Amino acid sequence: MTTAEASKSGGMGKDLVVYACLLALAGLQFAIAFQNIDTSQMLVRMLVVAIVEAGLAVMFFMHLWTEKRGFTLFVLVFTIFVLLALQYGWTDSTRMVIGAPFAK
Amino acid sequence: MSQADSTLEGHATGVSVGPAFSIPTKKLAMWLFIIADTMTFAACLVAYGFLRNGSADWPRPFHSITNVALMTFVLLTSSLTMLIGLQAARAGNKAAAFRWTMITAALGILFALLHVREWMGLIHEGMTLFKNPWGNGLFGASFFSVTGLHLSHVTGGVIALLVVGVRYRGGRYNADDIEVLGLYWHFVDLVWMFVVPLVYLLNLAH
Repeated sequence: MTTAEASKSGGMGKDLVVYACLLALAGLQFAIAFQNIDTSQMLVRMLVVAIVEAGLAVMFFMHLWTEKRGFTLFVLVFTIFVLLALQYGWTDSTRMVIGAPFAK
Repeated sequence: MSQADSTLEGHATGVSVGPAFSIPTKKLAMWLFIIADTMTFAACLVAYGFLRNGSADWPRPFHSITNVALMTFVLLTSSLTMLIGLQAARAGNKAAAFRWTMITAALGILFALLHVREWMGLIHEGMTLFKNPWGNGLFGASFFSVTGLHLSHVTGGVIALLVVGVRYRGGRYNADDIEVLGLYWHFVDLVWMFVVPLVYLLNLAH
């Protein structure tokens, strides 16, 4: 099924449900901001919610769900690989905080 | 005559190449742009996180979530109106498609105005690119870079919505063009889902 066919047959019902879910998840992010937890825990919880939100938006609003499986895999694998590759610098930023700027 | 034979007659090489992944070329181009832009935003957010993690006196200047909550609501709603516009375009209802595309553009403009109001408030409190009254001076540079990059995308999206909407009504563009633009607009919305927690909510003054 092409995206166009999916859009025609699906109506707005599913989109409204996804919209409501996104609003609820955004609200959850704001609620997490007022929890009495440390920043790292807060970051993890907010990022998990953001990833779920992004997944819903990509799959349903951007209709990736109805595209060819090969294309879906291409987008997801390529994007996730590079996003993970960007994470290698975190240890260095932590080293700056603990006062060990250079390796001995 | 089979399809393969007609292909051989039509092309000297005998090879018929369709669009990659069997999706329209414009849509594929937009997806490739989105993937590339994802890397740009991810790099900015990781750099922002690196600075925040590496600074002992990172400022927490935000006292209220009202403005950012309103901005989030406006942007999410604009994604819905974009979908309604696309649905109308697919159904051949040109007037409705144009109207909803313009409503989406109006919501984008409202988002941009709220964003500028947020910026002006911080600037009036003494925040610049390189200094602020609360702590690490790099906060301003990273804040304005990340949110400015997003705001520039919203501004570009609003211009594109206006151009594509008018040209769609005039018959130069079709529903596929609305769909391709919709992909971009949803992407801008998606990025905001990461900007809000990282840049605003983690920096709330408790």
